[in-house]
Amino acid sequence: MEIEQLEKVASQVRRDIVRMVHSCQSGHPGGSLGCTDLLVALYFERMMLNEQDGKPVFDMNGTGEDLFFLSNGHISPVWYSTLARRGYFPVEELATFRKLDSRLQGHPTTHEHLEGIRIASGSLGQGLSVALGAAMAKKLNKDKGIIYVLMGDGEQQEGQVWEAASFAPHHEVDNLIAFIDLNGQQIDGPTVKVMNNRDLGKKYEAFGWEVISIEEGNDMAAILKGLYEAKSRLGHGRPILVLLHTGMGFGVDFMMGSHKWHGVAPNDEQLAAALGQLEETLGDY
Amino acid sequence: MKKYTFTEKKDTRSGFGAGMHELGKQNPNVVALCADLVGSLKLEPFIKENPDRFIQCGISEANMIGVSAGLTIGGKIPFATTFANFATGRVYDQIRQSVAYSNKNVKICASHAGLTLGEDGATHQILEDLGMMKMLPGMTVINPCDYNQTKAATIAIADHEGPVYLRFGRPVIPVFTAADQKFEIGKAWMVNEGTDVSIFATGHMVWEAIQAGEQLEAEGINAEIINIHTIKPLDEEAVLKSVEKTGCVVTAEEHNRIGGLGDSIAQVLVKNKLVPQEYVAVNDSFGESGTPTQLMEKYGLTAKDIVAAAKRAIERK
Repeated sequence: MEIEQLEKVASQVRRDIVRMVHSCQSGHPGGSLGCTDLLVALYFERMMLNEQDGKPVFDMNGTGEDLFFLSNGHISPVWYSTLARRGYFPVEELATFRKLDSRLQGHPTTHEHLEGIRIASGSLGQGLSVALGAAMAKKLNKDKGIIYVLMGDGEQQEGQVWEAASFAPHHEVDNLIAFIDLNGQQIDGPTVKVMNNRDLGKKYEAFGWEVISIEEGNDMAAILKGLYEAKSRLGHGRPILVLLHTGMGFGVDFMMGSHKWHGVAPNDEQLAAALGQLEETLGDY
Repeated sequence: MKKYTFTEKKDTRSGFGAGMHELGKQNPNVVALCADLVGSLKLEPFIKENPDRFIQCGISEANMIGVSAGLTIGGKIPFATTFANFATGRVYDQIRQSVAYSNKNVKICASHAGLTLGEDGATHQILEDLGMMKMLPGMTVINPCDYNQTKAATIAIADHEGPVYLRFGRPVIPVFTAADQKFEIGKAWMVNEGTDVSIFATGHMVWEAIQAGEQLEAEGINAEIINIHTIKPLDEEAVLKSVEKTGCVVTAEEHNRIGGLGDSIAQVLVKNKLVPQEYVAVNDSFGESGTPTQLMEKYGLTAKDIVAAAKRAIERK
């Protein structure tokens, strides 16, 4: 897909996100908007996905395809919208987000058999470990697929992340690309104030990872370039970490750059203002 | 009373190691993981023959559970192994979210459960693991009684689709079940048919129950003894059938009396048939250092305690 087309998809995904959280008056728009460009770039351009007649075909094992894991499960709206827009399930189902009897639970789950989801996440710190297991299964199966996993920067405060960070280089898991969404915000405020992660790049390097940075994590061209670079470094005995600098709430001016929109839904007025800034490109659900 | 004899004593963890050795040959999808306790879990034979299917995780149990969950995505059957304390309480949330709620085909295999860990003391002697694991929806919970049964259970759970908690231990105890037994998950094992009291025992307590049965027989009491190796799903039919006959119950487990086998049985009785029940279990306390034998005596988990409990239960009929 051309960059312009990818940007159009991203605009629609952002509309979906704010409409979803508005509809149920709960959920996490900030991080979702910030990671929209990454997920669209992955699912619509970079990931190798099993398809039939132009539509993705989902099975749990994901044999022969690239897999994506979302460790910071609270940004489920961006994942649900991206999956639906990519064709994993009907976009109309986005209207059920966080509502009773929905497959689109507040945090992602396999329990409801939603296509595209392979593990429950939400309790933070677990996704990197799971992704490493999936990456090792691919190696055992001589499957060339790549594992992508996204974590939050606040999430780096969980101890399990560092267990996994030690494990990956030790076992030379070099078919995995991990992202940290560096938006600098968490629920209680700026990450540097709540619990300063300091230099995550240096930390991961010290643990034995190859670290690259995407400084403009909301610029489609920069993301595609960064993903290309990350992929080119696979297969050399080291896992890859991408520091993805994003703006929380990116795309909606009054939500940008503040932890206040981590887990708050817009009211009717705010929804209208947000949608006014986001072009409807693929038709609202 | 049916006679049970033994020619040797072995630890149940060695039964696990033997089962893994066998699985290594049988099932190419079986992968073993361990958190720096390979010797304690008796994994050496598996690792020697299948070095590519062993993943050393270091002292990082949370990560081990997550990696195990991930391995199932790709069709692997991970056996995550460590001491029972670190396999459950330490990683409860990881098991809850990444394994149980996600319904992953992970086998959590836990050695050194209960008081019989001995000298290491209460920090390592988990007595709450059965309770924690059985509360997780979809989790199968198994606590076999001797070397042979642990080996058979280890092999059986590889063919069972879904998360399993397999609990075993460190002390050498009599090997009294058949070497060629077929292990059926969820099917209670009739050790001895009787009419006066039903003794439901699990794990190391099954041998104690057999000895208690012999002592009771000498006093003219005919005890039915049933090995509940699968705590969940519980063989309710076997429990009720036995209780119909005997009208009173003793439960015996190396676990806190809160949340273990006894409570599972009590739930069946409350719902279906109210009869007196006596618990042989740790009385809501932590353990301490000591030899396994000393500890089992001090905390009331011997044949003698089962005999006394049986008499109390019969008295209350």
